[in-house]
Amino acid sequence: MLSLEQIHRLAHLARLELSESEALAMREQLNDIFAMVDSMSAVDTTGVAPMSHPQEVTQRLREDVVTETDERALFQSVAPAVEDGLYLVPKVIE
Amino acid sequence: MHNDTLAELARKLRAKEVSSVEVTRHFLDRIATANPALNAFITVDAQKSLAQASAADARIAAGEAKPLTGIPVAHKDLFCAKGWRTTCGSKILENFVAPYDAHVIEQFDAAGAVILGKTNMDEFAMGSSNENSFFGPVRNPWDTKAVPGGSSGGSAAAVAARLAPAATGTDTGGSIRQPASFTGVSGLRPTYGRVSRYGMVAFASSLDQAGALGKTAHDLAMVLDVMAGFDARDSTCMDRPKDDYVGGLARGVKGLRIGVPREYFSKDLARDVGDPILAAIGEYKKQGAVVVEVGLPNQHLAVPVYYVLAPAEASSNLARYDGTRYGFRASGYTDLLDMYKKTRAQGFGPEVKRRILIGTYVLSHGYYDAYYLKAQRIRRLIARDFAEAFGQCDVIMGPAAPCVAYDIGAKVTDCVQMYLDDLYTIPINLAGLPGMSIPCGFGDKGRPVGLQIVGNYFDEARMLSAAHAFQQATDWHARAPGDFA
Repeated sequence: MLSLEQIHRLAHLARLELSESEALAMREQLNDIFAMVDSMSAVDTTGVAPMSHPQEVTQRLREDVVTETDERALFQSVAPAVEDGLYLVPKVIE
Repeated sequence: MHNDTLAELARKLRAKEVSSVEVTRHFLDRIATANPALNAFITVDAQKSLAQASAADARIAAGEAKPLTGIPVAHKDLFCAKGWRTTCGSKILENFVAPYDAHVIEQFDAAGAVILGKTNMDEFAMGSSNENSFFGPVRNPWDTKAVPGGSSGGSAAAVAARLAPAATGTDTGGSIRQPASFTGVSGLRPTYGRVSRYGMVAFASSLDQAGALGKTAHDLAMVLDVMAGFDARDSTCMDRPKDDYVGGLARGVKGLRIGVPREYFSKDLARDVGDPILAAIGEYKKQGAVVVEVGLPNQHLAVPVYYVLAPAEASSNLARYDGTRYGFRASGYTDLLDMYKKTRAQGFGPEVKRRILIGTYVLSHGYYDAYYLKAQRIRRLIARDFAEAFGQCDVIMGPAAPCVAYDIGAKVTDCVQMYLDDLYTIPINLAGLPGMSIPCGFGDKGRPVGLQIVGNYFDEARMLSAAHAFQQATDWHARAPGDFA
């Protein structure tokens, strides 16, 4: 069972602000979901390799050449705040 | 005109009985009339669509038409289309105008198809009822009190109400097949790796696959022929030739071995759904197909496994929405961390937050082995079940959903029950197989029922031909909801 403290910790890790009432509701829902998920624990998976991907393929390699063009202005046109080609965020270094 | 199949529309365009501008205007008019009641579209831009339609008409006049040239197609609002708002059904992307095209959009563009608009969806494709959209729920054209299914609910409703000749969708856990079932249209999720995911906003990258919704298997064969194709920008897109999907449709089902999993017809399946499914399988037998009982013994674990793996991948994929490079940014923050937290708190809806927290938990230190790795091991067991079943059959058939469409609001308070309803579709995503849903009758309250057809890897052609054979002998696919016929 997840505690309220754990919910707040997870929200912090996920960079989500949660109100106290949201956290309470979330705890209840997550505990319901994990009660359903816990049926996995009864399954014997000894010797079964984890499957991370549906196809057994290796990553393709390509020539180490430039393929992208500079589209900074276009991409920054959809940003919340930019100046002189830079993304603006609150001050992080004193 | 709106009841025409793609092949019929294509013939009329080629014969110059009608122009692409006329066809596009017809569907835009239908959207303008019906969308207030259905909420199937988030964005419509008549000017842009009609400009593309005139270009298509010029192409037809020059004798350079391809099968889909001039045909308007609606796109689920998670395919980036340059210059079009691409919201993903979320406030966090409410005003995001895509600066580039998804591969799927490029493919339609090269084929001369017209973008008819962007369809409503559950936020970031997370949901099974289309009630999780920031832009409000989509309504089912068969009964506007009912949900259309999700997450491609807008695309399904648009095709069912004849507001679009065809529409794209994506299917991570059933998001094409289940809404197709709920709205009485045909839906196709190709094999994982058949269609490029480039420019398709990511939810769970090892499960997401682009596909389509249309009136018939023949329409879907035409659309898949356009969508499929190698694209190096998606590292999981497979470099293998596509089949002749349209040319292979007429091969028939004589001798086709249909696997029917014994686990499918349990207490979880409502009788009003089970009966039309069994009748449909009976029709296949009549046409000379052979029914084989198969077993999928780990099928009941698919939903638990999915609700570990999909949120884990989502929590990672959605980390990019932080209010810095694109999308919504909250106001009134104190520092960078506060900006992230407030932006995400205000930008995401409750279902998305729930899944981000689940994913964060199962990937965190001390829980990774017990949840994430355990789920990946069981995923392999589920995929093996299918490999074994396909040793005895060519396709697998059963229901796409355990019930018909339910009323809006009926399941919102019980998210676990809504998750469990995806028991028939999710296993296919975990294995990476292709699947379809085609209309095969009606259940309670006259709401549609879909037959699910699952194919082996990259065997879309056989799956489509099986669906086509059924549609040659029945007319469920031709029924349109009374108010929109």
